[in-house]
Amino acid sequence: MFHSNFLERHLRILFPLPALIFIALLMIFPVLYTLGLSFTNWNLTSGMPLSFAGLRGYARVLTEPRFLDAVWRTFYFTVFAVAAETFLGVAAALVLNRAFVGKSLAKLLLLLPLVATPVAVGIVFNLFYDPTIGLANFVLKSLGLPQGHWVSHADSVLPSLIIVDVWQWTPMITLIVLAGLAGLSDEPVEAARVDGASEWQILRHVTIPMVMPVILTAMILRLIDALKTFDIIFAMTGGGPGYASETLNILGFKYSFEYFRMGQASVILVALFLIVFLCSLGIMKLRASSEI
Amino acid sequence: MKNRLLSNILFYLLVIVMALVVLFPFLWMLSSSFKTQVDIISWPPKILFEPTLRNYARVFEEQDFLKYFINSTIVGGLAVVFSLLLGLPAAYTISRYAQKKLAVFILLARLMPGISFLMPWYVIFSRLNLMDSYVALVLSHMLIALPIVVWIMASYFNSIPTEMEESAMVDGATRQYAFLKIILPLSGPGIITATTLSFIFSWNNFMFSQVLSMEKTKTLPIAVYNFVSYAEVDWGGVMAAAVAIMAPAIILTMIFQKYVVKGLTMGAIKG
Repeated sequence: MFHSNFLERHLRILFPLPALIFIALLMIFPVLYTLGLSFTNWNLTSGMPLSFAGLRGYARVLTEPRFLDAVWRTFYFTVFAVAAETFLGVAAALVLNRAFVGKSLAKLLLLLPLVATPVAVGIVFNLFYDPTIGLANFVLKSLGLPQGHWVSHADSVLPSLIIVDVWQWTPMITLIVLAGLAGLSDEPVEAARVDGASEWQILRHVTIPMVMPVILTAMILRLIDALKTFDIIFAMTGGGPGYASETLNILGFKYSFEYFRMGQASVILVALFLIVFLCSLGIMKLRASSEI
Repeated sequence: MKNRLLSNILFYLLVIVMALVVLFPFLWMLSSSFKTQVDIISWPPKILFEPTLRNYARVFEEQDFLKYFINSTIVGGLAVVFSLLLGLPAAYTISRYAQKKLAVFILLARLMPGISFLMPWYVIFSRLNLMDSYVALVLSHMLIALPIVVWIMASYFNSIPTEMEESAMVDGATRQYAFLKIILPLSGPGIITATTLSFIFSWNNFMFSQVLSMEKTKTLPIAVYNFVSYAEVDWGGVMAAAVAIMAPAIILTMIFQKYVVKGLTMGAIKG
């Protein structure tokens, strides 16, 4: 086999073929299947045969307040989480971008949240947020501040979940930007210093613009994942209280595996798929056009 | 001089604050896992307490965590092995023939929301009687591992000069032979990075296993999640379970720190 001429001549097709077939069977086919189901009113529990419903499923789901709220929440969560992660992550990278004792330990610490199991992280934060025994309220009380309801109240649940996401994923931005900073040449900074620029001016007009493409890439990666956040929300609130933390991913999950309304669930999944797809596409276009 | 000292002190203070913010949930989880229920619910929270191992004993004896631990290892291990088998050759031609479209196609699996495949999988695997089977679980986790393997290995192969296999091919070796005997032996660091990262992501996966596994193939994240819903107030046990699930990923990260950092950041830097 290792000396087969046939394999060598068609290597560029035969080598990736197994992976391609796998992706086609496990991703492309299911996505098309979902798309097909979205035009039906199939309900797994009703025992009724699957029937074609055309666009009625779309008309029903897309106008439902619960769906529209979930769309809004998905964007709210994503925008605030990623904005905070980018700001804090870049700031931390700029601080850590120098030689110091314990730098490799600091980098190891930054890795820990990234590899921590999200479900378990969510549960630990639930103990932290617990209104009566949690440390969060204890700290607030000790500081003489009013105590919070955290995830148990509709008004504070999303910000509380965003804090968890920010805790877990800010280090990813920091590590990526640190790696980007390490790859920069010192010359422009030195030149600006010789010209008498202040540290702040150097940061603003030299360092940050140079590392901007890396910051944008890190942001894109986070943005795409934040739109799909599932584990911490599901583990901490299950979308509650009420529907107050129900994002599209959670809503799609409930329609699929709690209500078994597969037709309507498919409409939600198609919507989520399109949102993630269009956001990825849009940002990549934007990034390509902003770069020289 | 004085200024310099001051800025150094300020810098280290800042680093310590950041370290504490990062470490805090881990420390809280770890200390709570050694507390009795009475100590956990005491107000104000106790910093000093008499540690107990009862939470761990309860988790491993009553909850059969060992079984879920083994399930997670089997599923993650097999998913990584099969992803390497499919992914290494694909990554090789993506790198050598600049198959950009193919790379994007495989990466789509990383970008798209998992739930849009999960619902159809549920229907199909139910029909095939594959619910709660290792087959279904490994296949689903391969969709997590494969894009990571391809992504990391394609850029790793890019860093190996093409002369390496071309000189062997001049001597009459086929390209696939050169790939197997020359390129792969040089790829150790890349394979370690890909293996570690894809295993950790599989280990941590919740959504796929939550739907596709039941009692027989249940993985750790599901066991931890169920433990909370059954034992709402047993915080000590829950925290011990959280420690048990995070420990392997954290230990792997400590051993392969350099590789994990590279894997998590490489795409963005090249991007």
